[in-house]
Amino acid sequence: MMTAAPMKIFLVDDEKPARERLKAVLADIAGQLPNQVVGEAANGMEALEGIPAAGPDVVLVDIRMPRMDGVELVRHLGRMERPPAVVFVTAYDQYAVQAFELNAVDYLLKPVRAERLAGALGKARRSGPLAAAVLDRLPQEGRRHLSCTERGRILLIPVEHILYLKAELKYVTARTAEREYLLEESLTQLESEFPRRFVRVHRNCLIAREAIAGFERDSSSEGETHWLALVKGAAEKLPISRRQWPAVKAAFAGERGD
Amino acid sequence: MASIRQNVELSRLPDFRNLGVMLRILLAVNLFALLAALARSPDLARMAEEFVGQAAVLEPALIFSLLLAYLAGPRLARLPYFHGAALMSLIAVAGVLVIYSFFAPLLGADTTLPALARQALWTLLAVAALLYYFHLRSRAISPALAEARLMALTARIRPHFLFNSLNAVLGVIRSDPQRAERALEELSDLFRVLMADNRELVRLSDEIALCRQYLDLERLRLGDRLEVKWQVEACPPDALVPPLMLQPLLENAVYHGIEPGEGPGRLAITIARNRDEVLIRLENPYHGGGNHHPGNRMALDNIRERLMLFYDLEARLGTGVVQGTYRVDIRIPYRRK
Repeated sequence: MMTAAPMKIFLVDDEKPARERLKAVLADIAGQLPNQVVGEAANGMEALEGIPAAGPDVVLVDIRMPRMDGVELVRHLGRMERPPAVVFVTAYDQYAVQAFELNAVDYLLKPVRAERLAGALGKARRSGPLAAAVLDRLPQEGRRHLSCTERGRILLIPVEHILYLKAELKYVTARTAEREYLLEESLTQLESEFPRRFVRVHRNCLIAREAIAGFERDSSSEGETHWLALVKGAAEKLPISRRQWPAVKAAFAGERGD
Repeated sequence: MASIRQNVELSRLPDFRNLGVMLRILLAVNLFALLAALARSPDLARMAEEFVGQAAVLEPALIFSLLLAYLAGPRLARLPYFHGAALMSLIAVAGVLVIYSFFAPLLGADTTLPALARQALWTLLAVAALLYYFHLRSRAISPALAEARLMALTARIRPHFLFNSLNAVLGVIRSDPQRAERALEELSDLFRVLMADNRELVRLSDEIALCRQYLDLERLRLGDRLEVKWQVEACPPDALVPPLMLQPLLENAVYHGIEPGEGPGRLAITIARNRDEVLIRLENPYHGGGNHHPGNRMALDNIRERLMLFYDLEARLGTGVVQGTYRVDIRIPYRRK
C-alpha cells in the first residue's frame, strides 16, 4: 500500500438521519479502510460551495434533493481541475438504478451496508471521476444551472437568468443582465437540452424566448431586409438569419400569448 | 353494513339510494319507452308524438316508484334476494297504478281494468329486466374480480418511502434509540393496516390516526422541512371511508410537495361535513413540472378507482393548482355504521 493517509469523504444528502447513518457506517469500516469525513451538505448547491475547499477524494451523493439534484451536482463538479470520484446513493429509484446498471456507474442502495460501502469506495478511488457523456445518460430533473470555472472556483449561472448564448470561436458566451460568462459547452447541445427556454436566431446564437423585447430592421444591410432581435435588459441587438426569422417571430408571438 | 360488498356481491338488490343506480334506472326505463314508441309508430314524427304522450304518465310514475324504492331500499336489502325482488316489483306496480289512475283521466286515457292490467304488466317486465341487468352488472364486476382489483390497489406503498424510512431509523438508532423504537412501532402499525384485508370501510378517525403516525415517520427524515396543519374539528369521526384513502395522498404530497423543497413546506389537511357529504381537502406546495416520475398520476388514479368501487358515481375527486399550492379535493357521501 502506498497511501497511508485516510480517504477523504464528503457526504451529500438532504436527510440528516441518512447522513448520520453514513457517518456511523464509515466509522465502522475505518479499521479496514481508513477514512475521514471532511464535510457534508444538504443539497447540490451547498455541496458545490463546500467541496472545492474540503478537497475530498470521494463524494457520496444522494440523487433526489431539493434545489439541485445529485446528477446535476456531479456534472458541475466535473468543471473542477481535479474532480473527486463519486458514488451515488439512492433509496429506491428504478429509473436511476436501471441507468446506473446500463452505464456501469457504481451506486449504493439505502440502507447502505458496511461491506458494500467499503467495496464501492475502493472501486471509486481506482476508477476516478465519471465521464460527462455517462452523466448525460443518467435520469435527472434537468439542469437548472450552467457552470464555469474562474480562478479555480465553480460559478453557477441560473438558466433562467441567461438572456442569450453566443458561440465565439472555441467558447460559448452566456449573457445575463449583469455580465458575461465563458462556457465550455456546445451551442447545439444547449439548444437541444433547453428547447423550451431558448430559440435559435442565428447559426451562432440562441436567445431566451422571454428575453425577446421586439425586432428592428437592420438599416446597415443593403437590398433584402434583415432583422435584429432586441434583448430585454441588454443593449446588444442580435442579428436574425433569414432562415430562422419565421421561427423567431413565432416564438415571440407565442411568448406574448398571441 | 356498509362495505364494498354491496356493490359486488351476487344476488343482492341494487342500492336504491345510490345516485348511480338511480341514474341507470331512469335512463334504462326511458330507453324502453323510446323503443316501445318506435315499435308502435309507423314513422319518426309519430314516434316523437307517441313518446311525449307516454312521458306525461311515465315520468311521474317512474319518479314516484323511485321514491318508494328509495324509502324501502334499506329494508328490501335485508330480505332474501327473491323476496326483496318480489316486493320491489309489487311496490313498483303499486306506484305505477296509483300515478296512472290519477293522471290517465286528465289525459283522456282509459282506466278500465284491462288497461290497468296492461300497465301493471309493462311495469313488471321493466322491473324484471332492470333487476336482471343489475344482477349481470354485479356479476361483471364480480366479487372475485373487484376484490382482487381492490387488493391490488390498496397493497401499494412506495418502496421509496419504506427504504428511506428504514434508512432514517438506522440513522438515529445509535444516537436516539427511543426515537428509533417509536419509528419502528409506527412503521409496523402502518404495515399492519397495509397488509390487512382492506375490503370494509373504516372509521374516518382511524384513518386520521394512521395518517398522523405516517407523518410522524416522515418527520423523522425531513425534520423541520415538514409542517403539518390539521383542520379536522368539523370532521365527523364516525364517518366511514375506504381504508387507506388519505394516507397514499399524503405520501404523494410529501413526495411531490415537501421533498423537492428546501425550506419548510406546509401540508394542510382539512376535513368537514356538509349535510350528507364529507369534504376532504389536501394542500401542499407545488413545484412545477419537469418531474420524470409518473407516480403522482398513478396514486390519484388508484384512489379514484377505489372511490368508484366503493361509491360508484357518488364520490368525486378533483385536483388543481391554486397560487402555487397543489390541491386535492374529495367529496364522499357521509355514511355511518
